[in-house]
Amino acid sequence: MITFMNNSDSEEEPCNERTSLMSAESPPVPSYQDGLQASGAGEAQAHRKRRTGSSRSPNNTAEREMSDSGVPVRGSALENEEEELTLKYGAKHVIMLFVPVTLCMIVVVATIKSVRFYTEKNGQLIYTPFSEDTPSVGQRLLNSVLNTIIMISVIVVMTVFLVLLYKYRCYKFIHGWLILSSLMLLFLFTYIYLGEVLKTYNVAMDYPTLFLVIWNFGAVGMICIHWKGPLQLQQAYLIMISALMALVFIKYLPEWSAWVILGAISIYDLMAVLCPKGPLRMLVETAQERNEPIFPALIYSSAMMWTVGMAKPDTAARGPTQQTWDAAEDGRDNHGSSTHADSQMSETRSPVPTRPITSLEELEEEERGVKLGLGDFIFYSVLVGKAAATASGDWNTTLACFVAILIGLCLTLLLLAVFKKALPALPISITFGLVFYFSTDNLVRPFMDTLASHQLYI
Amino acid sequence: MTLAVFFGCTFIAFGPALGLFLFTIARDPLRIIILIAGAFFWLVSLLLSSLIWFIAVKASDPQDEPLQKGLLIFGVMFSVLLQEAFRFLYYKLLRKAIEGLVALSEDGCSPISIQQMAYVAGVGFGLMSGAFSMINLLADSLGPGTVGIHGDSQLYFLTSAFMTMVLIFLHTFWGILFFHGCEHRRWWEIAAVVIMHLAVSGSTFCNPLYVGSLVPSYLMMAAAAVWAYILSGGSAQNLRRFLLCLRSGASPQLGS
Repeated sequence: MITFMNNSDSEEEPCNERTSLMSAESPPVPSYQDGLQASGAGEAQAHRKRRTGSSRSPNNTAEREMSDSGVPVRGSALENEEEELTLKYGAKHVIMLFVPVTLCMIVVVATIKSVRFYTEKNGQLIYTPFSEDTPSVGQRLLNSVLNTIIMISVIVVMTVFLVLLYKYRCYKFIHGWLILSSLMLLFLFTYIYLGEVLKTYNVAMDYPTLFLVIWNFGAVGMICIHWKGPLQLQQAYLIMISALMALVFIKYLPEWSAWVILGAISIYDLMAVLCPKGPLRMLVETAQERNEPIFPALIYSSAMMWTVGMAKPDTAARGPTQQTWDAAEDGRDNHGSSTHADSQMSETRSPVPTRPITSLEELEEEERGVKLGLGDFIFYSVLVGKAAATASGDWNTTLACFVAILIGLCLTLLLLAVFKKALPALPISITFGLVFYFSTDNLVRPFMDTLASHQLYI
Repeated sequence: MTLAVFFGCTFIAFGPALGLFLFTIARDPLRIIILIAGAFFWLVSLLLSSLIWFIAVKASDPQDEPLQKGLLIFGVMFSVLLQEAFRFLYYKLLRKAIEGLVALSEDGCSPISIQQMAYVAGVGFGLMSGAFSMINLLADSLGPGTVGIHGDSQLYFLTSAFMTMVLIFLHTFWGILFFHGCEHRRWWEIAAVVIMHLAVSGSTFCNPLYVGSLVPSYLMMAAAAVWAYILSGGSAQNLRRFLLCLRSGASPQLGS
């Protein structure tokens, strides 16, 4: 899901149990991915809430959980000026999302092309029990469709479970789930990844060094994602865990199943976010009613938010540095109503007479960011990674899928600016990506190969 | 066939384009989006032309060599025409986008002009065209092998890199010329772009006689560069002022 971030209106709220719980809960990275990423190990992964700005893409967790929380896009102010500003800043938001999506894809493609481990077939997840090693095409197709049905139903069950938990305010359970899944990603999967990379490059490393490196990486990651940390570090960690998750999917999903699952998850994303009874939509609406941020974990946010410090004159000087913290607060901002946000903004402005108004306004403008769910990152990277892994060594296919996904994201953000509500981020990009993958691999590749062999240029 | 060849060919082919991107496009988000959309339009045109060629090849006899060669020539020419058609479609889209941007802006003028869009669109087309021609070659050049072991030219990678560079530049200039022609309704400019493109692609049929393909392409690039410069408002006087670091209306100053 993709949503816009509004100015935080929560700075002035008294710190009660709910707000403190929420700030503790909200991970710095709100992302709009609806889908949950399932860890390949089959452990319970906390639902990843993917919320991207307006689009919600259902997250699929390979494990039982599915977190498809897309965060609906909370539109910016209803005033005309804000509408214009939103559209005016649309290009900047698009680039703010292009860069992390590109980075994630680069990490995945670089790993796929260099580390053999992620392209070897070493079994399948329990969510895709049917094997594709059958001789007949029909049987293989049937098996992949069955795998997809099982996977999608696991995701649906997980999402509904998540929505129920959220509805009945079982915040601690959700929080624990999220922490467990990010623990697994940051420690176990990183350890496996590092081991395979070291094996590929034949670098020796002793266990004490390895332990130190993994421990530091994981501990800082947990702090950045679930508590506070510099925004860019948070974003980097989110990109890394998305890439790790995508690599797990690429390794453990059988070929045809992967493509069918990608297609099915886009359709599910579309329905879950836009249908009135869709789980993600209900999740977003519930969060909006309660004026809470939706699960802060697993959402990538592109801009910083005002923090509490800005309201006080003595902390005004520290304002900019404090701004980089608390991506978690974004969630709150997203859901605040526009009028509430405006009153908050005026309140934050008045106690800070020393700051020039222009800088406040500039900061205000910079705060308007957009969020993308981590599930969206993961499935984009799965598509591009699969293209890199299976397109007979052809780089053109990977490049074509990359451009197609970026254009899909651009179109989705354009729709977001027009409709100003949460939108699914997966359908357009994945559709373009799939179309371009199959057509480039089957049509363009023979043409370009023939041209290259005669050294012709078009 | 080593890292040296890989890096050398990469920088020959994409160095100037990377410079153009970093210095003129990377700062402005709107230009990056126009670049990527231009690349996308080129990709769609390639897709359609590959589809036509693929159907033609599948419907014909694979053993018939002259027929396959003829189909390839037809494929190349059709692809060129389709690329220019998509350039026209992209022009139409950008015109609409400018109207939208003007409507959204506070002061009634668009943050980007059609000439800037023409330049960025040309770079987008060029980058995608160059990438599709060159990336597989670069990937292969990293691995082991001997170039031209079966009697083909040994300069394959180098000439491919130079051809890619000239094509990227040409697409940039063609973008400017084409959009200018569309803006001012000068059809002969559009026709000139199409003919130049056909000529450059046709000259590559001389490969591996590289004199027949590289030299005309570079000459055409120089001509297109001068023409695009003049159309963008440049003149000999501007050039002299720039080279001598003059300020307009001031006396010549040395140094910066």
